[in-house]
Order: sequence, then structure tokens, then C-alpha cells
Amino acid sequence: MLHRKKTMGWKREEAVKRKWRSLVGSLALSALVLSVAAGNAAAQQPDAEKEIERYRAMISDPFSNPAFLNVDRGEILWKTARGTKNASLEQCDLGEGPGKLEGAFAKLPRYFKDADRVMDLEQRLHWCMQNLQGLDTADVVKRRFGGPGRTSDMEDLVAFIANKSSGMKFAVKLEHAKEKESYAVGEAMFFRRGGQWDFSCATCHAEDNKRIRLQGLPNLAKPGKQVQDTMGSWPTYRVSQSQLRTMQHRLWDCYRQMRWPQPDYLADGLTALTMYLNKNAEGATITVPSIKR
Amino acid sequence: MTRKFIAVLSAGVLAATIGSALAQQAAKVDPAVVDTYIKGTFSKAPADWQARIVPDDTQRICSDIRDPSIPADVAKKIMDAATASIVYPDDGKVIGDWKKGQQLAQRGTGGQFSDQPGRPIGGNCYACHQLSPGEVSFGTLGPSLTAYGRNRKYKPEDAKAAYAKIYNAQAVQACSNMPRFGHNKFLSIEQIKDLTAYLFDPESPVNK
Repeated sequence: MLHRKKTMGWKREEAVKRKWRSLVGSLALSALVLSVAAGNAAAQQPDAEKEIERYRAMISDPFSNPAFLNVDRGEILWKTARGTKNASLEQCDLGEGPGKLEGAFAKLPRYFKDADRVMDLEQRLHWCMQNLQGLDTADVVKRRFGGPGRTSDMEDLVAFIANKSSGMKFAVKLEHAKEKESYAVGEAMFFRRGGQWDFSCATCHAEDNKRIRLQGLPNLAKPGKQVQDTMGSWPTYRVSQSQLRTMQHRLWDCYRQMRWPQPDYLADGLTALTMYLNKNAEGATITVPSIKR
Repeated sequence: MTRKFIAVLSAGVLAATIGSALAQQAAKVDPAVVDTYIKGTFSKAPADWQARIVPDDTQRICSDIRDPSIPADVAKKIMDAATASIVYPDDGKVIGDWKKGQQLAQRGTGGQFSDQPGRPIGGNCYACHQLSPGEVSFGTLGPSLTAYGRNRKYKPEDAKAAYAKIYNAQAVQACSNMPRFGHNKFLSIEQIKDLTAYLFDPESPVNK
């Protein structure tokens, strides 16, 4: 049921976004009511968490998930001829053969012989834009993260392509030496401490049952359900940002909160981290685009 | 002679043991390769930002040792260096203004590349710790600090220890997850005093 197709006009899109914004508002209000109502922090904690769980369940309805607008726009972009070669992306090889979309996302990142590099989906799309379409990607890179009144080709394309692996399971392979290197570097980067706050990814994501403020933190450092649920639900529509977001954005945002410098878009280190995380998430059922807080 | 030889030998055995333990945990990769990836990942960041992620000895050791049980000699080295790094207020008074401390404990901004320069910063304490019983939105990465000063009967030496912990947490626990707020020059001495007051002033909501 995640594969449904839907075309919405922009007015409809705005209406859907408004709906989610008001839901976020009512959650904030109910959280406020909750905190005023109860006196004892320890006693009310489970209630607060239950309320957040209830909210999560409420918004995970694929039939009103605005991210499917990105899926539709992505499909159009995939088929649109652009660049000096006036070509579409339809012959882009995402690893399963030119133009083959089904299951491609489930096996990324992977080694690509033509580029002699390990690539994630966004790096590969960028490569196809440059090499297949002859497209000057400056504008695409500039719009890498969508915002108010600004759509992102990359976010749209990732939504469309990842959706073609929805219902399938993550199965990245570590066969090529460069895939093995990417995984090992990703692991090292996950545990690498640095910056003004001495943080690594592991600071927040290497233990079970921890929270930051009220937000539960998945343990991503060991294979299992937590990392599977996390990686199997990206790309996702972030209600708080009114945008669909990809793993490139999620990692960028993590480094921001870790007080690290701004990572370069499409950097090999981000792909290495994705490789490490997707390998830990092996066997995860992909359910995307999802919708989150 | 013999004693020296045994010491060298046991150091060697220790190093070998740590080495094999790490080899079992981590996939093999040349540290220079990792550094190259990291450089490439932040290549467009301003030079002063790039300098922030060049690891010091402590960060490098703590990145490699992923097991929370750190060999005692390694831990001692880290803790000794951290203890030596702590700068106390000139007048020795470690308790500032708990109200300012509360703001610092609540505030989560500062040090992010998205933060406007010159905006107020915070220690973001509630992200990881429970403090005032009235604040329900607290994290659990660190222990609860509720009634911290009251539980310690407001003893001055405990207040000094709390100041030290905030200044450089690794003086108390090697490879602690807690940022070295003073050592890394993120919080000033005044701000650390205010946070110590938030923990130790009897009027602070933390102790109510």
C-alpha cells in the first residue's frame, strides 16, 4: 500500500502540510497539558512517552504522508530529458542494471565499476546527472535540501527510487575491497570523537534505552531491531521541517548537533557511515518514504 | 633489572591484549585512511572549524577504546592530564548565580554550524541529565542530578568537585561521554560557576 500513486496540486500540498503543522501544534499543547497536570516527574514519564508513541502511530499513515508528493515529482524528474546530452535518467545504472529501479536502493551503498567508487544513492544520481545527462549540477547541489518554496531534485529522486524498494529488505554487500574499506571507515567514523563537545555518533547511539530530552535514541552500533527500524524508515517526511529528508540530510544534521563542522554534501565519509549503518541494519524491511516527528 | 624486565614485559602483554581486543571489535582499516576520509568529508568547512576535529590524545584514545572498561593505566593517564587542565576561579569561589546556571542548563544552542555567532550559548545539561524535579523534559544519557547539592549536604569540597567535573569530566572518568566544557573553552569560568550554583545553591530548584 506504500506503492500507491497520487497526484496532488500545490494547493492540496499546502493543505496537507497545514494539517500536519496543526497536529504538531496539538501535540505540543497536549504535552504542555500533560506537564502541567502531573506533579511528579518520575511518575509521569511513562505517560509522556506513551503520548509520543501515540503521536508517532497517528502520523504513520501512508495515505496522507506528504512525502508521496516527492515520490511523484521524483518520477517526473527521472523521466525528464536534461543536460547537454538532453537525456533522461532512465538509463542510469543504480547497481542492478541501467534503468532498473526495483530493489536498487536496498543494496546501496555499493561499488560501481564505471566510477571506481563506492556510492550511495545521491552520489550515484549525481554521477548519472553529470555523465549521462551532461547536466551542470551546481543548481541541483544548491537545492540539495528543500525548504519553504524550494523543492530539491535530489530529495524527490531519492523518494521515488527508495520507494521502489519499499517492502524489500536491506542487503548491502561487502564484497569489493572498496566496499570493505567503506564499511570499516564508517565504523571508525561512528566512534570518532571530536569537536568542542567531544562527541561521536556513539555518544548518543551506542547504548540501549537512552533518551535525549524526551526523544528516544536508537542503538545503532549493534545489529538488531533498533538500527533496522531506523535505517528502514529513511528517507522520511519530517513533520517538524515540513520536508522529506534523506540520510545525507540526517547525517548533516547529526554533525550539526554534534558540534562538528558542516560536512560536504555527497562526501565519501557520509557514504561510509551509511554503509556501516545499512550493514548493521541488514535484513531490515524498508518502508519508505516514512513520516516522522 | 629483573623487575624492570617484568614491567616492560607486562606492558607489552597489556598492549598486545588491548590490540587483539580492538582487532576483534573493529573492522581493520589504516588510521591514515580514516583521517583521509574525515578530511574529505569536511573539506569545505572553514579552517578554524576543521581544526576543531583534529583529535587530541584523549579523543584519539577514547575513539579507539570502545569498550567502557578502559585499562587502568590508560585511564590514569587521561584522568591525570584532565585534572591538570582544570582552571579554578582566582578567589577559589566555585559557586556563582544559580538563576544564570538554570538558563545555561536549559539552553541547547552554541557551537553548532547553524548557530548565529554572538547568540547566547548553553551547556544543554537537560539533554542528558535530570536536574530540577519540575522539568519533565530531560534525557537519560547521564545520571540524574536531582537534589545534587542537598544529597551532599552542600559540602564545599563536593561543590569544588562538581566544578571540576563540569570543567573537565575526564578528570573524574576517563573517556566520559560528557563534553569537557572548560577544557575545550566552550563555557567560561563564570558560566561553570553558575552551573555549579545550579547544583549546589540551596535555593536552586535542583535542591527543592
